Amino acid sequence: MAISDVIVAIGDWSAFAGRTIWGVLTGQTPLREIVPVCVAIGVQSAGVVLVTGAFIGMVLAVQTYSQFHALGLESALGTVINVAVIKELGPVFTGIMLAGRIGSSMAAELGTMRVTEQIDALSCLGVNPIHYLVGPRFLACLFMIPLLSVLAIVTGIGGGAVICLNVFGIEPHHYWTKTQQYIDLWDLSAGMIKPFFFGAMIGLVSCHRGFHCRAGAVGVGQAATEAFVYSFLAILVLDFFLVLALNGIETIMWPDASAGM
Amino acid sequence: MSDPVIVLDNVSIEFRGQHILRNISLNVERNQTLVIIGESGCGKTVLLKLIVGLLKPTFGRVSFEGKVLTELGDRELMRERLRIGFLFQSAALFDSLTVYDNIAFGPRSKGGVNESTIKEIVKTRLQQVGLPPIVEAKMPAELSGGQRKRVGLARALALDPELMLYDEPTTGLDPIMTDVINELILQTRKLRPITSIVVTHEMKTVQKVADRVVMLYPLSRLTPTEPQILFDGTPQELQACTDPRVKQFIEGEARERLMELRADV
Repeated sequence: MAISDVIVAIGDWSAFAGRTIWGVLTGQTPLREIVPVCVAIGVQSAGVVLVTGAFIGMVLAVQTYSQFHALGLESALGTVINVAVIKELGPVFTGIMLAGRIGSSMAAELGTMRVTEQIDALSCLGVNPIHYLVGPRFLACLFMIPLLSVLAIVTGIGGGAVICLNVFGIEPHHYWTKTQQYIDLWDLSAGMIKPFFFGAMIGLVSCHRGFHCRAGAVGVGQAATEAFVYSFLAILVLDFFLVLALNGIETIMWPDASAGM
Repeated sequence: MSDPVIVLDNVSIEFRGQHILRNISLNVERNQTLVIIGESGCGKTVLLKLIVGLLKPTFGRVSFEGKVLTELGDRELMRERLRIGFLFQSAALFDSLTVYDNIAFGPRSKGGVNESTIKEIVKTRLQQVGLPPIVEAKMPAELSGGQRKRVGLARALALDPELMLYDEPTTGLDPIMTDVINELILQTRKLRPITSIVVTHEMKTVQKVADRVVMLYPLSRLTPTEPQILFDGTPQELQACTDPRVKQFIEGEARERLMELRADV
């Protein structure tokens, strides 16, 4: 794939994303179409997200315990695990998991509509397919993915706590006090800002892949795979830049506090 | 004599380096039923999609009622599309909606109609395509091919279009259902004045519904200077045409084409 192809693809996606967001901002997105998508996303994903979050917390606890125990710093585990879960692992793992669950499914659904000419049929009935199909899915992802990330973070914290407190026998008082001491509102906000961007990415990338689906069952399968892979890569890249930006903002606003950890 | 409804002015289109249509110039007159014939791959469906603005020409202009489609903004194009009905080859019904919601889709999106009027519209259209009211609650997946086509037609007609486009309306249907669709095409124009463009390779449809026939030929088998439209005239003139390629198509005989195809393998 030539560099020019990549640039064209990104340009095409940007135009697609721009039209979707413009449709949302100018009220051309039918709001009643959002609710069924939200329900589908929430119902389909809640269980998997809960399990994902729990295991992230538990694995982190198990992995970090030995090093911290050797240094006698077990009481700091609470802070380490919970900061990682809230700011990084919770949002990113949830994003990746939902890129697969929701992203592939939306790409396959829209891809099938493309291949059976239903998207063309929408246009012929005087409806803009981007506003009608993509807008609601974009908004549903924007709304639901942060909510699901919260679920993952909660079970992540819970999972980590179960391992640390019940298995390794760390003193709960120290565990939670240290957590409270070193995690502030900004950390929570940072953890919640990321999923909005990830949700937007998953919605826009997956719908774009569906719209540009190639013919036949092979095309639909490819669209679903590409939706996951491109969303996943976009989340990783976005995460990096968001971390830079958020840390930068934190340093500017609280120059003393950021040195505390 | 009023202005033509559709004007194709030297239209060419290519996809990924492959030329599909070249220098097509065609006027479609008001209330005329034009049938476009040609073998698979000659660009008939592409031509229909150009007319409704689903595709943009690489060169040339497509005008509907005097307006050049590529010069229209998104919303204007959407509005003009409400005046055109399109019956897709596979009907393209929305499979997550019932038959009722499919037919009601156009009027509902257009707005300005209350639900009781929509109920009337759906009932009337279903009746016109010869389907019983019980079909209203069914999902597209539960329908046969012929039923789906007829629901697709009802959906397209629900917006009272001035121009109706039919993309291979009888492909895949049994002979009786084929005739039912042909009859529905005739009936649609009897109900009120409407311009129709039918893309087909079914000669029976040509004989039954056409005022005018245009035959397209695949570019790959033409020299760079030969026109892509091999024939443009009445069905009677079509029967009398001496071009061997036209005769071969309308008589449905493979002859030397079979040798060509065998040589390709």
